[in-house]
Amino acid sequence: MTQDVHQAGSGLILPRYRRDDVDAHPPLLSPGYRSTVARAPQQPLTHLPQRLTEITGPLLGEGRLGDLDHDLTRQHDGEPQGQRIIVHGRVRDGDGRPVPRTLVEIWQANAAGRYRHASDTWAAPLDPHFDGVGRVLTDDHGRYRFITVQPGAYPWRNHDNAWRPAHIHFSLFGRAFTQRLVTQMYFPGDPLFVQDPIFQSVRDPNARQRLIARYDHANTVPEWALAYEFDIVLRGRESTPFEDEDDDE
Amino acid sequence: MSEPLGVTPAQTVGPYLHIGLRWPDGPYVVPEGTPGAFWIRGRIVDGTGAPVVDAIVESWQADPDGRFDHPDDPRGARPPALAGFRGFGRSETDGQGCYRLLTVKPGSLPDPDGGTEAPHLTLSVFGRGLLHRLVTRLYFPDEQEANAVDPVLCGVNADRRDTLLASPAPDGLHFDIRLQGDRETVFFAV
Ligand SMILES: [Fe+2]
Repeated sequence: MTQDVHQAGSGLILPRYRRDDVDAHPPLLSPGYRSTVARAPQQPLTHLPQRLTEITGPLLGEGRLGDLDHDLTRQHDGEPQGQRIIVHGRVRDGDGRPVPRTLVEIWQANAAGRYRHASDTWAAPLDPHFDGVGRVLTDDHGRYRFITVQPGAYPWRNHDNAWRPAHIHFSLFGRAFTQRLVTQMYFPGDPLFVQDPIFQSVRDPNARQRLIARYDHANTVPEWALAYEFDIVLRGRESTPFEDEDDDE
Repeated sequence: MSEPLGVTPAQTVGPYLHIGLRWPDGPYVVPEGTPGAFWIRGRIVDGTGAPVVDAIVESWQADPDGRFDHPDDPRGARPPALAGFRGFGRSETDGQGCYRLLTVKPGSLPDPDGGTEAPHLTLSVFGRGLLHRLVTRLYFPDEQEANAVDPVLCGVNADRRDTLLASPAPDGLHFDIRLQGDRETVFFAV
C-alpha cells in the first residue's frame, strides 16, 4: 500500500515531496556560464526536512490576472511583428497529477531578440506593440495556453560569439513551496543549443530534452498560428515516507 | 506505483527577470499601515563582495498565529485573521543589491517530529547566474530561547547559524544574503 503522508511525534500528518535527483537540475556552479562562478555557494546545501512552511505555499493568482494577460499579441493597439505562435501544455507533478489553478508567469524577447528592459543594449529594434510578459492560471486539469510571437535569438557576452537560443522564461508556483520552479522553454531543433552553456548546464541529456517544446501540428491553427506544446513537471510526493526518515543529517 | 515522471529542470531567471516577475505590490506581505508591520531589508552580495543587482527574493511565512491558509496544513486551512495578509512577498534587488519586504512576525509552528519551530520566514533567491533557486531561512533576533531549540537551526553547523539570524534595524530587521565565500549564508536543500 502506498502512502503519501508522513506521521510522527506531534500527530501532524504532512505530505512530503520527493527530493529531486542530483542530475535533475543544473549544478549551481557551471563555469561555462560565467556568472555562476562568483554566485554559486561554495558550501554544500544543508538538508532541510520538509515541515509546515515547506509543504504549504502561496495559492495566488485569481486577483492578479488581466483579461488579456494570456495573449501577448493583444496587449497594445496594434499587433506585434513576427511569427504568431500558441504555447500550451499541462502542468503536472511527478506522479502525473495535474496541478490546477496555479500561476504561470512568462517573459520573453520580441521577434528580433530584444527585451523591453533598460539593461538590454542589443541593437535589435524594440516593438511598440510587444511587452513580452504574460500570466495565466492553469485550469482544473492543469492546462495553460498563451498566444505570443516566436522570440528571436540574441547575443550575449558570456563567451566569444555567444548567442542564446530562442526561449521563453517560465515561472511556476505549484501547490507548495517545494514545487516552486523557474525555467526556460526552448524550441525544437535549435542549432544554437550546442554552444549555449545555460541549456547545456543540465547534464542529463534526458532532462535537457524536457526543456524543449514539441511542435504541435494538431493544435496549429490554419492560416493563423503555429502551436508548440510544453508540458511541465513539478516535484511529486513521496510514496513511501517510512523509507526516508529525517535521520540523514 | 509507476515510475515517477522526470521533473522539468530549473534554469536561471536571467538579467531581464523584472519583465516577468515585477509586481507593484510584491514587497507587501501585508498592506502598508498593518498593525505590527515592519520592514525587512538586506543586501545580496556575491563571492567578490559585489552587490547582486539582478536578483529577486521571495518570502513565505505563517501568519501571526502560526497558521497557513492552505489545504495541506493538517490543522486545516485558515484564512488569516489579519486583513490583507498574503504570506508571500517578492522583491527585486535595486542598484545597490538591496531588497525589502514589509511583513509581520509569524507565529511559531508545531514540528511534525515533536517540538516547536521558532518563528521564521523561508526565502527563495533567484538571479542572473543562479541556475536554480537558493533557499534559506530568516530567524528573529528576539527569539533566543525558541531559536535555541528550533529543529532546523539545530541541524545547521553551530558556527554558521548566525547567517540565518536577522539583526534589529531602525524600521524593522536587517538580513543580508551572502551567496558565496566569507560568512556564506546557509542554503538548504528542500
Ligand atoms: Fe532570456
